[in-house]
Amino acid sequence: MKFFETLLAIDRRIIFLLVAIAVTLPLFSKAILHIEVSPTVKAVYDAVESLPPGSKVLASFDYDPASAPELQPMALSFFRHCFSKDLKVIIIGLWPQGPVQANIALEDIFRDPEIKAKNLKYGEDYVNLGYMAGNEIVIQSMGSDIHTTFPVDYSGNRTSELPLMKGIKNFDNIDFVYNLSAGYPGTMEWVQFAVDRFHAILGAGNTAVQAPGMYPYVQTGQLVGVLGGMKGGAEYEIIAKRPARAVSYMFSQGVSHAVVVFFVIIGNLAFFATRGKKKESQEVGKK
Amino acid sequence: MSTTLGVWIAAFLTLGIMSFLYKDNPIYKFCEAVFVGVSAGYWFVVESINVFLPRVWDNLAIAVNVLQEQGKIDWFHWSYLLGGILGVLMLLRLVPKIGWISRWPLGVIVGTTAGLWLVNYLVSNAMVQVRHTIIPLYVAGDLNATIGSIIIVVGTFCGLIYFFFSKEHKGAFGGAARIGIWFIMITFGASFGYTVMSRMSLLIARMDFLVGTWLGLIK
Repeated sequence: MKFFETLLAIDRRIIFLLVAIAVTLPLFSKAILHIEVSPTVKAVYDAVESLPPGSKVLASFDYDPASAPELQPMALSFFRHCFSKDLKVIIIGLWPQGPVQANIALEDIFRDPEIKAKNLKYGEDYVNLGYMAGNEIVIQSMGSDIHTTFPVDYSGNRTSELPLMKGIKNFDNIDFVYNLSAGYPGTMEWVQFAVDRFHAILGAGNTAVQAPGMYPYVQTGQLVGVLGGMKGGAEYEIIAKRPARAVSYMFSQGVSHAVVVFFVIIGNLAFFATRGKKKESQEVGKK
Repeated sequence: MSTTLGVWIAAFLTLGIMSFLYKDNPIYKFCEAVFVGVSAGYWFVVESINVFLPRVWDNLAIAVNVLQEQGKIDWFHWSYLLGGILGVLMLLRLVPKIGWISRWPLGVIVGTTAGLWLVNYLVSNAMVQVRHTIIPLYVAGDLNATIGSIIIVVGTFCGLIYFFFSKEHKGAFGGAARIGIWFIMITFGASFGYTVMSRMSLLIARMDFLVGTWLGLIK
């Protein structure tokens, strides 16, 4: 009993320290955990894989640097997959920092010799139309006319003068929409406006906090599939046979989870073991 | 160890924020203030350049030009003035005596948002979800699908019963409500698990930055 009472009284800073150690030490290891690819991630991969070369893909970057550890690996895998299949990528952002995150991902991906060899050209193979304020109204407006919604791109070029954008008016001319989302506006708004109103085909990558709320949309078919958190990103890297940052972080993720689960179990055991004693002391106090 | 000044600043700010885990301190307060200040400044510039200038200023400039050169009233471009005026009214909140006027633009926002969302929510989050809950309980030759269908139907039905408060939760009704609360608790548990994963991911990236990018201990 004394042991459990000591456990309940443990300083929370000791737990913080143990979690920090559990997160950091595995980073020094090159160990790779076995990662099973879930059906929802496979569905997104298959949707991109099934697109013929030259298909138009719209990628909406709706997150900021705070969520980059979870979503940036997904962006890298997605770009690599699209460019290796010669798909045309149109980037937008409903979050101000979204298109900046896209540019960072593009810089990274262009260092890949395989992608570099393709000599991709801005305006022909990919465009970044930048950020537009208005949240879901932007999606609604894109359903009517993308050129009116984004008159100029991220660098100030007229959208109508970009070769890739010629012949693209609205979602009817987009073969696949991919949304990387960390909150509002994000995947839910894309489902409600782009999918249910304009019948776009949508796949998504979400932060883990958001992911459970998106699975009902997968079950109904409103979403093709969803990548949930860093684990989702790692699964995509595995299925694409290009393990990268997300996969390398999974060992750290696993060890830290084990520590958290250990403390949850210990905490519950200690709580139930000392509950009877607490009741007794309360009754004595009343008397 | 990194020789880049930006990396050192980022490392200092990261450690400063993390120092709150030990206890509240002036360095944490400083880092917090820097974060809030930089965020507010960044948002102000982004919204000014991406919204105010192209949407209000440029359109009004076109309207004025048309008026001066052709003597015509360009109603389309003048209509942006309405949005600009509503925006200015919102700022009246900063003047306590006439702050109540800011409720007008707020009313416009609430009204239009409610109207816009009503139909979409009804379709995406109610109609489509309900339609996909009405599924055959037994799927021939697929035990997993059958179990999944039963769980979806029972979970939805019992979950709804739990939130039905017009009848006392007793007997069979109470039993169904109790099953409903179990489903709700499992849902919360799954969400909590995902939240832990999300927060750990952020911590992993920060520790990787500190140990790898800053200190250079990971090759």
